[in-house]
Amino acid sequence: MTNIFESEAAAGTRQGDPSVEHVLEITNLTTHIELSRSTVQAVGGVSLFLKPGETLGLVGESGCGKSMTGLSIMGLLPVGGKIVEGSVKLAGRELVGLPAHQMRQIRGNEIAMVFQDPLTSLDPTKTIGDQVAEGVRLHRGASKKQALDRAAEVLGLVGLPRPKERLDDYPHQLSGGLRQRVVIAIALACEPKVLIADEPTTALDVTIQAQILDLLSDLKDRLGMAMLLVTHDMGVVAGHTDRIDVMYAGRIVESTETESLFEHMHHPYTRALLGSIPRLEQDNAERLYSIAGLPPDLASPPEGCRFAARCALATDQCRVDEPKLLSAGGGVVEHEFACWHPVDGPLDLHKLTDAEALGADVAATIGTDDEEGAEQAPPSIVVRERDMVQLRSAESEALLVVDNLVKEFPITAGILQRKVGSVKAVSGVSFAVGTGRTFGLVGESGCGKTTIGRVIVALEKPNEGKVTLSGVQISEMRGRKLRTNRRDLQMMFQDPYASLDPRMRVGSILREPLQVQGVGSAGQQMSRIHDMLDEVGLPRTALERFPHEFSGGQRQRIGLARALMLNPRLIVADEPVSALDVSIRAQVLNLMRRLQAEHGMSYVVISHDLAVVKYLADEIGVMYLGKMVEVGNGDDIYHRPAHPYTAGLINTIPIPDPRVEKAKDGAAIKGEIPSPIDPPSGCRFRTRCPLAQDKCASEEPALRSFGPGHVAACHFPLQTPVAETTTAVSV
Amino acid sequence: MATLDSYTKAAPPSKEPLPEGGEVGAVQSGWKLGVREFMSNKLATAGLVVLVLLVLFTFLGPIFYHSDQLNSNLLNTDQGPGAGFPLGTDGNGFDVLGRLMKGGQTSLEIGFFAALIATIIGTLYGAIAGLAGGIVDAVMMRIIDVLLAIPFLFIILIVSVRYSSNVTSLSIVLGVFSWLIPARLVRGEVLTLRVRDFVSAARVMGANRSRLVLRHLVPNALGTVIVNITFQVADAILALSALGFLGFGVQYPGTDWGDQLFDGAGNLNNGYWWLIYPVGVLLIVTVMACNLIGDALRDALDVRLRRR
Repeated sequence: MTNIFESEAAAGTRQGDPSVEHVLEITNLTTHIELSRSTVQAVGGVSLFLKPGETLGLVGESGCGKSMTGLSIMGLLPVGGKIVEGSVKLAGRELVGLPAHQMRQIRGNEIAMVFQDPLTSLDPTKTIGDQVAEGVRLHRGASKKQALDRAAEVLGLVGLPRPKERLDDYPHQLSGGLRQRVVIAIALACEPKVLIADEPTTALDVTIQAQILDLLSDLKDRLGMAMLLVTHDMGVVAGHTDRIDVMYAGRIVESTETESLFEHMHHPYTRALLGSIPRLEQDNAERLYSIAGLPPDLASPPEGCRFAARCALATDQCRVDEPKLLSAGGGVVEHEFACWHPVDGPLDLHKLTDAEALGADVAATIGTDDEEGAEQAPPSIVVRERDMVQLRSAESEALLVVDNLVKEFPITAGILQRKVGSVKAVSGVSFAVGTGRTFGLVGESGCGKTTIGRVIVALEKPNEGKVTLSGVQISEMRGRKLRTNRRDLQMMFQDPYASLDPRMRVGSILREPLQVQGVGSAGQQMSRIHDMLDEVGLPRTALERFPHEFSGGQRQRIGLARALMLNPRLIVADEPVSALDVSIRAQVLNLMRRLQAEHGMSYVVISHDLAVVKYLADEIGVMYLGKMVEVGNGDDIYHRPAHPYTAGLINTIPIPDPRVEKAKDGAAIKGEIPSPIDPPSGCRFRTRCPLAQDKCASEEPALRSFGPGHVAACHFPLQTPVAETTTAVSV
Repeated sequence: MATLDSYTKAAPPSKEPLPEGGEVGAVQSGWKLGVREFMSNKLATAGLVVLVLLVLFTFLGPIFYHSDQLNSNLLNTDQGPGAGFPLGTDGNGFDVLGRLMKGGQTSLEIGFFAALIATIIGTLYGAIAGLAGGIVDAVMMRIIDVLLAIPFLFIILIVSVRYSSNVTSLSIVLGVFSWLIPARLVRGEVLTLRVRDFVSAARVMGANRSRLVLRHLVPNALGTVIVNITFQVADAILALSALGFLGFGVQYPGTDWGDQLFDGAGNLNNGYWWLIYPVGVLLIVTVMACNLIGDALRDALDVRLRRR
């Protein structure tokens, strides 16, 4: 195999521009993690660099070695982890092999890290002031007073309101967004040269995510540090990075500037990763793109290109010979990728991509590969189907009616458990779902959407209002009658692992609903289980396995199969894909759509992700702090939002397109969701609303119509109401 | 590597390339992993071997080593180890080695049965209290608090004086008074389990409470329970020894290790070491073996702690 790049490879293409000093330079970093019986080759020969003042995005699915790269730099590898090869240079100083005490002086001082979960990365027994001051005292030798002054200063810098008064607060007294700000403050207290942010916003709400990302970018510019942003979210990197390295199975597979990557990606993995994200502007009738299979087990990485097993363009060469990371050449922008059969640019979401055209495209624009590769017309990378069965009829009668639902959780205090207040989780919500249709509930965490889901499936009893399933009032039933009626109402849970009994085999898990409801003989149950496994795309061998032997996506398939066993008429899906990887999400969403088309059941889909809801739902309800603020179909909500909250929510969603994302003017929703114990008077959104006036505080807005099936509750809507009949319409 | 092969291997021949959800990796079963984890703990393996040897010694030993344990032989009392009596004889002229076997049978049987009774009562009690919650839970737990405050040895003494002491009655008495700790453990476990999604999922299916307890809560608390059994066995053997030492153990001519320890203690100053050291060592070794096994089981069964 000859390749024109191999000579260049010898010359070393990844040294970058030597005139610009690299504040962080990683060369051929190889990290292994020794387990009891195998060695995971978590990071394999990764080279990357960071210039002062720039942000590098490190993207990839989970298990691709992104976090391990970050931890290798910090010298914080888990037990058994070891850098076996390569170097990490911080401003010219070698960090690999540095004695522990010298590394401690660098860590938190010159390199700092922000972790994913702000709750677990803060010490719950120390005040936030002490925690921020700790690093200053350690590294700067400051007195306690000086360190606390510095802490107040940094906390102010990260946007913590009234930092001086807050120094004595404990982490549990702060909201999630504020906690993450404190974590960032700790990282920044010593003005590090390099900040490694490992999934800094994954545990946060979309609205807060936008705020934190803007804060990080802003601070990076003001302090002139370099930032390594590790994330799985292409939307996050699009707007907040200068360059991106795409990582797959321990290798960097593509590396270039952000704009160039999104417009002219060459690696099929990058293209597939981007293609599998559900878009707001997507046509609901189309299937989502998805990457088949799972990343390889890094304890025994495959030979050849590591993506070959999931790549539709893969040839025999890919399975034997591993491509090197080489420069594309020609362009103005430095662009490197590791692929034998590169593609050019993203998938056209609106046009069917011909396999041959794709191949020719590749040969013409890149012209880098040998003739053989171009001759073997590679098949299209992702299967595209327009075969969604259009079973839904818009005229179907209401199956589920939720009428003026109120759910409050009492707060008790003292020895006598006196009720001192209540968490107003849901305050008078009404909506209806037709047979075979999907209703989506969106909103930030704490808006009451999960509570509604639990009330619908009768896991909670409402304080007021009722839930009716085809005329039968579910919320009033109890005991045996309720248990029998439950077969029509099933639930899909967020965490597919937590929702499957770890001590039961999949066969027993799937049989349980039938046993509980006494459906069928043992033989009939077995054949039903087999059918259901086929339907959700799992092999029969799964029956004898335990849940922990499956991947996240497979577990969610089992969860869906279990919900379907009883042929329910309604499935409540609570965040069905938020615990899954981007590439797996698309598979599960496609499956949910297909099964709905085949079985004709209704869904109530609960998610904080507007794109997911938009893809699945016929009608969308936007919730804010226990109230439904807007209901409409996907187009209404996305193109003609009437409520400022809906508009803000749409604006905060990171779009995987750098041009769109970087053009955003920061009109995102400010602040955080108020406490549901004591919600604001009048319109509950008024404390964060840019349009709020006095009227909003005194008078609660009623739902007004903005078109057929489109209602919103706002005094100053962004659209003109259809008729000034301010009757409280509920869908 | 098995996982890799199943991944790269071409599809099952019959239908489309791969099931949509992907192949299921050939991962070892949880039990195998657990056994492997257990065996990798050297001390625990040693404990298990010792326990097996002890069971063989006490239960199979008498078949190969005959000694009269029914009729006392007053001509041969308190003989030192020597020909005919490898470990000498006790004050009633019984052969000490044979006596150790016979006493060991009683001690191990009672220890095991008492632990089993305690665990079954405790697990169900704890699971019900944990699932019920609220006032029921509070009342059930206060009952345990009250019972824990009563010195149980004292009550056992009264009961065992009142009723004839044989293996069954002693097992029941010891078992009935040692379920309190497992009950607390299981209740704590159930409190965290009952809010887990899989319990909600079972409720959404329409499962009733007995199903929740028996199919979901108890099996998932089983790791804790099994570990606790080994400690319970050790505790019961010790409690039985205490009873025997105080003279309330198994009735003559039956015996248990506590009984023998009492005999030995009476002769401590006579220099009759063979009456006290062998039984003392056996007792310590048994209890230690149980505890080592328990510690290793805790590591092996805890899915969350399991290394991949």
